[in-house]
Amino acid sequence: MDLPIYQEEAAPKGGCSAGSCGSTDDQLGHLSDDIRKKVQDHPCYSEEAHHYFARMHVAVAPACNIQCHYCNRKYDCANESRPGVVSELMTPDQAVKKTLAVAATIPQMTVLGIAGPGDPLANPERTFETFRQLAEKAPDIKLCVSTNGLALPDHVEELSKHNIDHVTITINCLDPDVGAQIYPWIFWKNKRIYGREGAAILIEQQQKGLEMLTAKGILVKVNSVLIPGVNDQHLKEVSKVVKAKGAFLHNVMPLIAEAEHGTFYGVMGQRSPNPAELKDLQDACEGDMNMMRHCRQCRADAVGLLGEDRGSEFTLDKIEEMDIDYDKAMEFRAEVRKGIQAELDAKRAEAHGKVVSLEKDEPQGRPVLMAVAAKGPVINIHFGHAKEFLVYEASYKGAKFIGHRKAEAYCAGDETCGDGESILGKTIKALEGCETVLCSKIGYEPWGELEAAGIQPNGEHAMEPIEEAVMAVWNEMLAAGKLDQPAEAKKRA
Amino acid sequence: MALEIIESCVNCFACQPVCPNDAIYEAKPHFLINEDKCTECVGEFADAQCASICPIEGAILDELGVALNPPGSLTGIPPERWAAAQLEIQARGGTPL
Repeated sequence: MDLPIYQEEAAPKGGCSAGSCGSTDDQLGHLSDDIRKKVQDHPCYSEEAHHYFARMHVAVAPACNIQCHYCNRKYDCANESRPGVVSELMTPDQAVKKTLAVAATIPQMTVLGIAGPGDPLANPERTFETFRQLAEKAPDIKLCVSTNGLALPDHVEELSKHNIDHVTITINCLDPDVGAQIYPWIFWKNKRIYGREGAAILIEQQQKGLEMLTAKGILVKVNSVLIPGVNDQHLKEVSKVVKAKGAFLHNVMPLIAEAEHGTFYGVMGQRSPNPAELKDLQDACEGDMNMMRHCRQCRADAVGLLGEDRGSEFTLDKIEEMDIDYDKAMEFRAEVRKGIQAELDAKRAEAHGKVVSLEKDEPQGRPVLMAVAAKGPVINIHFGHAKEFLVYEASYKGAKFIGHRKAEAYCAGDETCGDGESILGKTIKALEGCETVLCSKIGYEPWGELEAAGIQPNGEHAMEPIEEAVMAVWNEMLAAGKLDQPAEAKKRA
Repeated sequence: MALEIIESCVNCFACQPVCPNDAIYEAKPHFLINEDKCTECVGEFADAQCASICPIEGAILDELGVALNPPGSLTGIPPERWAAAQLEIQARGGTPL
């Protein structure tokens, strides 16, 4: 039988993805050509795009109108990467200057988002002034915004005026009793409203805003934070409802909670979900909804490809010294995007010609989780240099991206490896549940440690496209009879 | 009669636009309240607006120097739990907040 790895039928144009990591196979397949065009170069909406196109956030929106138990507005840190954290708050004028500087320097930066560090719509003057200037000065940059939804219904009209066609709403619950465990208060109609009552208002506003946006044809992604014991089961219902109301992508992210962050959840000892719990929930929602799996939970002032942050190249004093001719930059940017598009088209054409064949017609072999050290669509990272591993589930149905695991690069490349050993131990723990790790190269020592931990290192597929390599390894395992025992026989993380 | 913003303010701008008297202004190192303009919202709103949106416990004081949002009132973290968490962080070699 032919394995539908590349989903030709589902995605006749553009949606077919050679680097189909990220969201559900037919993520873009059911969308109209019009919508597909809107997301194909948006790294936060299209998983394929995130290998090639970059985004940036400008931190112009410090005020917030609600409190979430996973957020602390007091302790921001330059070394941390998580939502709500920024180094430098900017005025709209500074943000516009920074955006033009980044756009001229990183031509593959296609998207400018405002995501905080507070709530963009609780700072409407600053947010819309930034959008207004950018729409005029940099018409080649897509504008998007993310919000907690409380003030959303009041601003839908204005959003559509500024040609903002991507909005992300964070929706963690539909049930005010669940909401009362996530949101201690909201500021609403001149009062701070606590607990269930506040949560009920927030939920109503979120749902109303979602309906108003989709009625206007504005693309909506819904973000949810998975909080074990609080909303984990409830999120399945959230996924169904937001899909029914027209959201086109659901991004379930793991709670980040450390006592050091000073958040309610961090201090009170609320645990984060483990990778298997996150995957199980995403899998459960997937039957109903397109799930995003490539989110890196970036900072509210991140710059660059997802998973990287080049913000330090564009601090206020550095952009002050840059002299940007944006008309010229726009020509260059158009050239670069054309080049990327041509590369993607060629890859798709090549991918369409390739399928991995199996000898049997019926389902066979069990699914296997494989970790991959790669940046972009091919396996190109040395095991010891990987800062994150992409995780794929290989099965008779093909290779499917299901998420990423963070790691510390334990090998600095030269001299001492310092506490390399303990970092290697952490990496092995992070890869729990994976049976194989594919990388461009790997040292002798980690090879042995990985094998001892039951994870087979594999450096034979360097520079090969990820999915082809993953399926080649799975087919080898199948041929060797390693996939005969049922999935339950292997303990997952 | 005026409220006061003190150094724990994180300059998040939230209070400035909700003040009915335009009494709050951006300053270094943190926002300040013009005491001639501040009415503590008496007669205008049931609660002082700045203190009703401020996310930082202890950052806004009344004319007697009492915090309008005392420790634990906004985050829901009991002060003793907070103190215990700081000790735990210190014990494992981390930097307490």
